[in-house]
Amino acid sequence: MTIQGWTLILLFVAMVLMLAKPVGLWLFALYEGRRTPLHALLGPVERGFYRLSGIDPTQEQGWRRYAVHMLIFNAVLLLATYGLLRLQGVLPLNPQGFGAVSEPLAFNTAISFAANTNWQGYAGESTMSNLSQMLALTIHNFLSAATGIALAFALFRGFARRSATGIGNFWADMTRVTLYLLLPLSVVLALFYIASGVPQTLAGSVDVTTLEGARQTIALGPVASQEAIKMLGTNGGGFFNANSAHPFENPTALTNLAQMLSIFLIGAGLTYTFGKAVGNVRQGWAILAAMMTLFLIGVTITYWQEAAGNPILHGLGVAGGNMEGKELRFGIAASALFSVVTTAASCGAVNAMHDSFTAIGGMIPLFNMQLGEVVIGGVGAGIYGFLLFAILAVFVAGLMVGRTPEYVGKKIEAREVKLAVLAIAILPLIILGFTAVASVLPAGLAGPLNKGPHGFSEILYAFTSAVANNGSAFAGLSANTPFYNGMLGVAMWIGRFFIIVPMLAIAGGLAAKRHTPETAGSFPTTGPLWTGLLIGIVLVVGGLTFLPSLALGPIADHLAMVRGQLF
Amino acid sequence: MGKDILTSLRPAIVMALLFGALLGLGYPLAMTGIGQMLFPAQANGSLLRQEGRVIGSSLIGQNFSEPRYFHPRPSVAGKGYDALASSGSNLGPTSQALTDRVRADVATLHRNTSDLFVPSDLATTSASGLDPHISPEAAFYQLDRVARARNMAPARLRGLITQSIERPLLGFLGEPRVNVLELNRRLDGIGANERP
Repeated sequence: MTIQGWTLILLFVAMVLMLAKPVGLWLFALYEGRRTPLHALLGPVERGFYRLSGIDPTQEQGWRRYAVHMLIFNAVLLLATYGLLRLQGVLPLNPQGFGAVSEPLAFNTAISFAANTNWQGYAGESTMSNLSQMLALTIHNFLSAATGIALAFALFRGFARRSATGIGNFWADMTRVTLYLLLPLSVVLALFYIASGVPQTLAGSVDVTTLEGARQTIALGPVASQEAIKMLGTNGGGFFNANSAHPFENPTALTNLAQMLSIFLIGAGLTYTFGKAVGNVRQGWAILAAMMTLFLIGVTITYWQEAAGNPILHGLGVAGGNMEGKELRFGIAASALFSVVTTAASCGAVNAMHDSFTAIGGMIPLFNMQLGEVVIGGVGAGIYGFLLFAILAVFVAGLMVGRTPEYVGKKIEAREVKLAVLAIAILPLIILGFTAVASVLPAGLAGPLNKGPHGFSEILYAFTSAVANNGSAFAGLSANTPFYNGMLGVAMWIGRFFIIVPMLAIAGGLAAKRHTPETAGSFPTTGPLWTGLLIGIVLVVGGLTFLPSLALGPIADHLAMVRGQLF
Repeated sequence: MGKDILTSLRPAIVMALLFGALLGLGYPLAMTGIGQMLFPAQANGSLLRQEGRVIGSSLIGQNFSEPRYFHPRPSVAGKGYDALASSGSNLGPTSQALTDRVRADVATLHRNTSDLFVPSDLATTSASGLDPHISPEAAFYQLDRVARARNMAPARLRGLITQSIERPLLGFLGEPRVNVLELNRRLDGIGANERP
């Protein structure tokens, strides 16, 4: 570990904390439906969209209608993407002349992008036409992110409103977030990326003759426009196979910093928006403090392990930290930091190959996802996931003192706790269940590239990434098979929408409740005690559930690495 | 429930079409137009030209195996630096295949120098397989071989490497690094007419 590396990490944390409030205030304006300076330009577009689709943005929706409209919209987008991928061969903007995407892969990819996972069973530069990248995939990057933020808004309203039946209007939330936040920021970021060297062209590739006289064909495409929203919307689906490790996706250390900040920007801002919405910004800061504490612990462990390197390679005369699967321009610190950022949030973009990390260095990204990606988390998904843990935490605190728990002025009763547990329990059920199935079936065992415990880690990582809607991979796993495309597709769908529906039910129930004023007997949910309790609950639930599987994978792998045992 | 589904169909389909046009076509095409106008070199892949021919991209590494050139990191993109097939090795820390590969690479590298340790980037594959850089240590490690093959004074070559080192931005963003293609191009530029 170096001073230079720690400077980067601490500066990154400071920048996230500084950006949380301004971004949170902007999001709060959208949450309230207030006018922003951008309305002068984009207001007519917003109104035009409502008129053409017959929407009254002021009409309040109950949680059931909000959920149904959200689900149908995502289903329509899913079908459109599936159709576009299957028809790729006959559609325009296909300079390389790629044929149709296969049925299992199109199924997997359509779900993957709709569920904000962006798991990629394919290599972009040899599978997807420019039209598929732009129309079929980029549109999900925007709208799955906007859906996530809209859902977070709905839950905030559940806490903030009193004796209300509605939790907002899905169409208005989704449209405003897209037009006034995601699109303008993407335009700015895309221009910055192009200026930094990220290609943006409709050409498919260029042929060059190298200095030694060999032929090299370099894949190009409209990369920058996709790159901007890929990070901002915590999607993570790369234009190229190597994702943000590819020099065309992430050419410099500065673009790398911009990408990491983009991943956390909206998720961190939403904690502030939550505080604003419930009338006490300290509620939001308490959540952000818990998140950043968990984050720093993770970064420290991964950075330490990667900088220490692999003793087996040291024995062969290779000096220094673990550079296998890392890009030189980022080095060890920025690669370790990126891996923790991308898995703490549900981004899943990678600037280094997690599969080649040291055993414990690679366990932290895995564990981050197993905690439910609540450390900042996906845009919207992170904060609503964390609020489910907050409901559990006040429940536990209530049990200890023998009072009905309250959170930000709402009584938390049996219905809320049951639904929260339901949403939280789906994660381990599907991750561990599907991993177990894949670990015994021949079709599953055909997947891993590495042998021994690391091979098991590859399977565990894949299902964790899918259910948690992350999309990063221990990429040695050969996942473009009917078995993995199918299983992972189902896992991603469940991981996204089986959490959302109970969460919306909680939002609807809470909105209908009366306000319970805070008294001397209320458990305070702002100070360090509360932050500590939150961290404890997240770690206990995540840790107890997944420790046995981690012992079989990364921990066994680490012990083998220390002993010098090879597989 | 049934009524909710019915009322959702029109907005769902119309919104998908409208946003498809705006975000899937309008946005990327507008960015392409503006990018091509403002930053044509970068938007088209930062290509390097020599006597009118395109010889590579300053951002994409390429294979070098002749002794008179500095060599890049090992690559598993296709058969090595295949810019249509970016990929890392994905070999884990306890992989026999990784150990075998590194042992073979170290043996080849050691043939040319007397150093005890190999700089870690020279014996490991990058994440993309297209890494255009090596560390300054990795460049100096190859100095003797290149100087011998080009019949060039080592001190002069050392100066050239030092000039080619890119420093971290603001002292902490990024690592010190050398762009292999650009270094080799400079080397070709002076190699022909100057002898020690």
